[in-house]
Amino acid sequence: MISLTSPVETWAHRLPAGVKLAALSLATIGLFALQDPWELALAFAAVVALVLTGGSKFAAGAARSLRILLPFLALIALWHGVTGQVAEGIAVALRLLAALTLANFVTMTTRLTDMVAVASWLLAPFRRFGLSTRALELSVALVVRFTPSIARKGGLLTEAWRARSARRAGWQVVMPLAALAIDDAEHVAEALRARGGLEPPDTTG
Amino acid sequence: MERNLTHVALFAALIAGLGLIPKFTLAFGVPITAQTLGVMLAGTVLGAKRGALACLLFIALVALGLPLLAGGRGGLGVFASPTVGFLVGWPVAAFVTGFIVERWRGNLALVSSIASVIGGILVLYVFGVIGMSVTLGKTLPEAVLLVTAFIPGDVIKAVLAGLITSALARSRPASVLSRG
Repeated sequence: MISLTSPVETWAHRLPAGVKLAALSLATIGLFALQDPWELALAFAAVVALVLTGGSKFAAGAARSLRILLPFLALIALWHGVTGQVAEGIAVALRLLAALTLANFVTMTTRLTDMVAVASWLLAPFRRFGLSTRALELSVALVVRFTPSIARKGGLLTEAWRARSARRAGWQVVMPLAALAIDDAEHVAEALRARGGLEPPDTTG
Repeated sequence: MERNLTHVALFAALIAGLGLIPKFTLAFGVPITAQTLGVMLAGTVLGAKRGALACLLFIALVALGLPLLAGGRGGLGVFASPTVGFLVGWPVAAFVTGFIVERWRGNLALVSSIASVIGGILVLYVFGVIGMSVTLGKTLPEAVLLVTAFIPGDVIKAVLAGLITSALARSRPASVLSRG
């Protein structure tokens, strides 16, 4: 499966993932504390400058991922245009843009394996209380493996529907798709049990 | 144990898969994706705990940077966008939905539909509205106003979740773990 990491190598790819995530958390808290549109404009300009250091191709990718904000920006413009609180509207829009761009920047410059490493470091304390990270790692692998498989089966079901009906398939394919997912789950469970199951091999002795 | 794990993982994959099948649009033009239908089904089919875990696993993978949300979205930006509450609320929504189906032993289709309305709409919208109000700088009643357009589509999804759950109970009787 394709992850959202940018193929364009930037300097930020080489920073440790934990540092980037910590900085992102602090910066996001900071953005929500700011209220003044001028300060937020400055913050957004800084974020844009940060993204531009990755080059034009990288920046174009970052800009594309902002498209999901368009309906919300239109909404803010409409709302604050009608109520007349224009400065507040600009502040809200800038804060959203800056926070989203910054978060996407971290995702785009961090490899999946580095993210997983940070996640397992964060979960390490729970291991002491008996949380099995083995089960967690296995389920992550299963989702990554089976998402394309289920999507393909969904596509096949949609095609089968289209071959038989003049109308477009919709929710009708969800039930057979769920049944197929359940069948897969049963088969994988059996396969796991046949290979010794989830119990970790005894390495203490 | 193995069965629990694979059901949780496969439902997380199902939610992701549902984001990839084409959107269906309601008569009055509100586009809905099937992913929240998957969240409701996680609750009604897997039950409270497993349903919540499936959603939690899904959200964790989105945060790590996999494009599992409808339209190939994912990554940390999702958690800074106005719809963050509707995603973060999924595990709780699935838990509440599953909890009701586990405890209320009535007609499965009807109970699942009602449970999906309570968990997948009422509970989920509490999270969604709070998220919108924080990110968009609106008061809670104003944020409620912004999301009302999506309620009819979600009610339809809740009814479908009920129908699909009872159909699954007929075709795969052992699979509805919430009634196991």
